[in-house]
Amino acid sequence: MTRLRGLLLGASALAIMVAAPATFGQEGEGRAAHSSSYKPMASSPTMITNVNIYDGRGGLIEGGSIIMAGGDIVAVGQNLEAEAGMVIIDGDGQWLTPGIIDVHSHFGVYASPQVKAHADGNEITGANTAEVWAEHGVWPQDPGFARAQAAGVTALQILPGSANLIGGRGVTLKNVPARTVQAMKFPGAPHGVKFACGENPKRVYGQKGQSPFTRMGNVAGYRAAWAKATEYKRSWDQYNEKVSAGEDATPPTRDLQMDTLMGVLNGEILIQNHCYRADDMANIIEVSKEFGFKISAFHHAVESYKIADILAENDICSAMWADWWGFKMEALDGIRENAALVHNAGACAVIHSDSGIGIQRLNQEAAKTVADARKAGLDIPLAEAWSWVSYNAAKALGIEDQTGSLEVGKDADVVLWTANPFSVYARADKVFIDGALVYDMNDEATHAVSDFRLGFPGEGDDR
Amino acid sequence: MRTFAKYLAPLMFAAATITLAHAEDVAIVGGTVHTMEDGVVIENGVVIISGDQIEAVGGPDTAVPEGYRVIDATGKQVTPGLMSAFTLIGLEEVSLEGATVDHSLSNTFYTAGFEVAKGFNPDTPIIAINRIEGLTRAVIMPGFGVPFNENNNKSIFPGQAGIIHLGGGNDAVINSQAAVVVYPGVGDVGGARGAVLDYLVGALRESKPAAKRRRGSSASGGPGRFAKSPEDKAALAKVVSGEMPLYVLENKASKILQLLELKEEFEDMNLIILGAAEAWIVADELVEAGVPVVIGPTNNLPSSFDSLAATLYNAARLEDAGVEFAIVAGGFSAAHNARLLPQDAGNAVANGLSWQAGLEAITINPAKIFGIDASFGSLTAGKEADVVVWDGDPLEVMTSPDHVFIRGEEIELVSRQTRLRDRYIDLGAEADKPLAYKK
Repeated sequence: MTRLRGLLLGASALAIMVAAPATFGQEGEGRAAHSSSYKPMASSPTMITNVNIYDGRGGLIEGGSIIMAGGDIVAVGQNLEAEAGMVIIDGDGQWLTPGIIDVHSHFGVYASPQVKAHADGNEITGANTAEVWAEHGVWPQDPGFARAQAAGVTALQILPGSANLIGGRGVTLKNVPARTVQAMKFPGAPHGVKFACGENPKRVYGQKGQSPFTRMGNVAGYRAAWAKATEYKRSWDQYNEKVSAGEDATPPTRDLQMDTLMGVLNGEILIQNHCYRADDMANIIEVSKEFGFKISAFHHAVESYKIADILAENDICSAMWADWWGFKMEALDGIRENAALVHNAGACAVIHSDSGIGIQRLNQEAAKTVADARKAGLDIPLAEAWSWVSYNAAKALGIEDQTGSLEVGKDADVVLWTANPFSVYARADKVFIDGALVYDMNDEATHAVSDFRLGFPGEGDDR
Repeated sequence: MRTFAKYLAPLMFAAATITLAHAEDVAIVGGTVHTMEDGVVIENGVVIISGDQIEAVGGPDTAVPEGYRVIDATGKQVTPGLMSAFTLIGLEEVSLEGATVDHSLSNTFYTAGFEVAKGFNPDTPIIAINRIEGLTRAVIMPGFGVPFNENNNKSIFPGQAGIIHLGGGNDAVINSQAAVVVYPGVGDVGGARGAVLDYLVGALRESKPAAKRRRGSSASGGPGRFAKSPEDKAALAKVVSGEMPLYVLENKASKILQLLELKEEFEDMNLIILGAAEAWIVADELVEAGVPVVIGPTNNLPSSFDSLAATLYNAARLEDAGVEFAIVAGGFSAAHNARLLPQDAGNAVANGLSWQAGLEAITINPAKIFGIDASFGSLTAGKEADVVVWDGDPLEVMTSPDHVFIRGEEIELVSRQTRLRDRYIDLGAEADKPLAYKK
């Protein structure tokens, strides 16, 4: 299975290179430039028995088991038989889930400690910086990664900040300690691109007397960028047609900013759009129709509940907090049932963090939303709510075929909990990424310590 | 009112279901009662509220006087109202809109003399949004743009904290001189941490009441070298005499130790440490000095070079050592999400704190630390009736209050947020007419 997966990934990476040479540059020997060099940690075939399972897509298996081998999930269900030589872990009646995926983190680009030198997340030099990539700012030694790992986070998207209309490309990572960001990159995951609506861009540039100064300026800024990207894509399409037909052709001049937007128009890069207000989101949807692109997710989306029907109709995910609100005008109408109302309307609900603290308890954030919705008369099964932090998150990142649920053939990104993870008292007991045990709360040898920690106070605590 | 209510109980009940605006006589029966008094928990307990006070607390045999409205709390948990020792409730509406923010001063005629509660806004929806989650008392803080970021204030004295109840109305401020707050930013001491303590000591010395002043120090009254105005000196004099605590933000262990040493010169001073991310390293010294701390236990990142040893185990280690502590919500929004403190306490419990200590840290402990435990903080006859009936374990994330009483009045579990929810819960209703007509 691992082998098959490897072939598939190779094929898809190749497809991207053929379709968009401008995006990824020339293919050299071995690994393509900017691609993932991630290698799963060593693992042994492992069976975890006697667990209750939220499968990440709404399923609940009581008294079940999971078998992981070669980095993948080999079997999930009841009455599974172990094969000879497998490591067998008795789950002791506790809970097992797919790993938590956070679609909105700034680890590495706003690393701890939060000193000036660590401000690598906002290229505040122009309202459109689609050419910058978050991965070029990610510091793999950010101590936050290990904290999140100890909380059951197995994958995460690092995004640029929201100062700009178009902030740059996001990167999806496996949450493993590594020396380089390339060694963390989730194999085959598409890039995201960060867009921001509303107050932030107009505040940042408006106070400099630049555009955008208003929400009108925001939307004009997106449209101008898309108009230019449309022309850019046309020139590349014409070039590629000629090459395919065997004609002589000179490639258009590369524009790194336009490469990113063309990647969106070609369906290879996913839009991750910071947007709070319902009316702002509706305006962005209109722009997407004008220029023919898809919005993968609105992030923060505190008013998604007001237009949940429209979001369902357009197949757009909402990545939300459980209860943050009020810190700015466009967050004034936040409600605790937002994700539940979005889910109930048949739209894709995701719980995200945008916080190095919040990322450590996304399970609790989902729990609060379910509980509040119940009091309002909406009963969403817990098994469905787990999709908000796993499968739906994977879908928003375009990695739902590889991770986000416990299905045979997918990456064995798995967490064994000490209790039902919708309880405040639950802790991640054991965390597996691609079948490898990357964190065991009771085994200090498995607690990764970043370089930064060495020799400073607090080195020894895993949480 | 009490007698009136007794005689007209049925009528009052009918009225109460509509407005819930009157204190009435109520008996809460059948629940698990966490008194927070010496750790006493009463199964199948009875809490009797009369007027604005708790009349009696006892076991299942406790007599319910005739005419009292009975709330069946079978299978539920009963606690005192929660108290947060760190909020901005009523001091800002929208954090990023300066015109709605009334907690921060810069470069004006006074510092420690500023009583932030004078600007308290009793009409903010933030009150209802917090109290329906069980928060009934709160310390309101001066001068905090971004919580736990110690470098964003120019003066080390942003002003005085106040204490409010969340029952609503114009008498919400219980105490406008609850503590003199210190944020040891380096702005007005020249840029080096080592000068902060000298500045603080200088201000305290020159504010000492005359009888306690050292020979040769400057006279009280006029501006000093450190205390800018008579108002500042008056406030700091109360700190020196122990009338008002000094509430100091400090996360770094070595700096906490330096603060504890101040107690040698200012022996009557009551010191409270806020933040205290590395307090676990100096837990024994805190116990010896009798100094309590206020922590946001989920702040476990090394977010600054002063909090490198921040950990989720802080609360448990403080408990083991015997440090008195309160827990506040660790997130960034001290006004809007002050309500999240049970989740923080629950996370501390998940990481080794005892459950009882977790609940104490958000009820009786902050009441003691801020000196209002004579009237609040436990379910004790004679105290004001801040009582919450929870649908389960109050520290859990999937539980919430079914009833909240503040000073004897049951508040409606309604807020601006629940009203937005109810307006939008059925988008199909727009087929009839726009949702703006749904109120």
